[in-house]
Amino acid sequence: MKQSQFEHRHQTAWKRFARQLDTLERGKANGKGCSEFAGAYRQLCQHLALARERGYSNHLVEHLQQLAMRGHQQFYRHRSHLGAQLIGFLLGGLSRLVRQEWRHVLAASLLFFGSLIGMGVLVYLVPELVYSLIGPEQVSAMEAMYDPAARRLGRFGERNAGDDWMMFGFYIMNNIGIAFQTFASGLLFGLGSLFFLLHNGLVIGALAGHLTQIGYGEPFWSFVIGHGAFELTAIALAGAAGLRLGSALLAPGRLPRGEALRLAARPAVRLVAGATLFLLIAAFIEAYWSSMTFASPTVKYLVGAGLWLLVLGYLLFAGRGQHAPD
Amino acid sequence: MLATARPLDTRFRVETPEGIDLLLRPAGLVPRALAFAIDLAIRGLALLALFFLLGALGQFGLGLGAILLFLINWWYMVLFEVLNQGRTPGKQWLGLRVIHDDGTPVGWAASLTRNLLRFVDLLPFAYALGILSCLSHPAFKRLGDIAAGTLVVYRDSATERPALPETEPLPPPFPLSQGEQRALLGFAERREQLSAPRRAELAAILAEPLAVAPEQAEERINRIARGLLGPT
Repeated sequence: MKQSQFEHRHQTAWKRFARQLDTLERGKANGKGCSEFAGAYRQLCQHLALARERGYSNHLVEHLQQLAMRGHQQFYRHRSHLGAQLIGFLLGGLSRLVRQEWRHVLAASLLFFGSLIGMGVLVYLVPELVYSLIGPEQVSAMEAMYDPAARRLGRFGERNAGDDWMMFGFYIMNNIGIAFQTFASGLLFGLGSLFFLLHNGLVIGALAGHLTQIGYGEPFWSFVIGHGAFELTAIALAGAAGLRLGSALLAPGRLPRGEALRLAARPAVRLVAGATLFLLIAAFIEAYWSSMTFASPTVKYLVGAGLWLLVLGYLLFAGRGQHAPD
Repeated sequence: MLATARPLDTRFRVETPEGIDLLLRPAGLVPRALAFAIDLAIRGLALLALFFLLGALGQFGLGLGAILLFLINWWYMVLFEVLNQGRTPGKQWLGLRVIHDDGTPVGWAASLTRNLLRFVDLLPFAYALGILSCLSHPAFKRLGDIAAGTLVVYRDSATERPALPETEPLPPPFPLSQGEQRALLGFAERREQLSAPRRAELAAILAEPLAVAPEQAEERINRIARGLLGPT
């Protein structure tokens, strides 16, 4: 068949398909138009194959190819119901993922909490060590923050309701930014995540040891215990995600490194999404609960212990014994 | 992939379940850098405007500002790419879009991955790792693209139908292969874009196989092309 006959015969079908694509791309498609779409798309693909095979002119092939490309974009979508997915993720998807990736989560937790506790104990026993890691100005700033004489606690000492909101914003920006960096730098063969995990662990541990040692322990621990449950776990999760990327590059197994990385990125980014959710919760607790002084330290310790149990229980037990959502 | 068959061609071939090949044209370093620069400028302006606007609101403004700063820093690209068919304003300006390796529109997970890993592409300074990766990858991917399985491609724009010269159709003097047939049609379709001397020069190459004088080669090719196209 000559090209002009071919074009003449199918011109109207192509125009109709293009109109259908327009409505779909603008998101205004109704049910009736969509029911014909699959058939029209398949037919167009056939026409494209024919046009290529018969050596028709570049212009025609290009035109059909563009239509096929647009059709493909509409037809094969990873359409996601974000809300439903998020709820499923919270109700068990995240904890299942954490258990599935337990090796990396365990490694990251050991690195982070190990360095934190180790450094804390060291600084408690050998007080000067804190200055090997943190400058004197910063140490005295932290001391001022957790001075038992202060009415309110946390970064920036004296605060009112507006401050709480301001700090909420600050915590979100600062902490989630750190989590993202911890994850992303895992791409450098895991070294970046290793650095951020150890560095954060050492600094937090040194401060905790130092403040406890000079007798500011009660305001400090009662402040951090509540949101720490979510915040510290989130850093460990972000680090685990980074280590996942790094280990895919270091030990890709039987896959090429690029492919191994692509496969590792999928669970890793879900772990980071989980860490982000945790940090949102932590920021909320830190701004609106941890900084309050009307609750006595005992209440804070109790609530904090409850939150730690909640996080651990969630990660260990949530989402067991049911099928993954289809 | 085409790269082995035609070394000069950067087009990226994706086979679909319908058994056809989609040809994507990955965008190189320069348009992508320009698109990023535009996005950077837009974000800078937005932050500046926010700074003045929220500065007036006091501490509430500071808190909101911190959250917005975070959103603009980390989520600007993701939100635009997922909600606006793979196009941030900068990419839209330069006619680019982000898609998955298999040609489907980019989703949340992939977009988040490629934009979070941008942090590594920026290292150690001024996008050095990203540029090296982009220049050495056959489809111009930076590290984030490799991990996320995404591709930045040119958007196709609809082309005007080229007018073939009105001449007497002529059957080809000997059977043509598919490639030859497309080459002749391509020459006739692209005559508007070529100058007359260049057309004559190109056509003269075929004077001998077509058995005509070099001056008549162009006319002869146009007639054969018209014959291949068929009656209108």
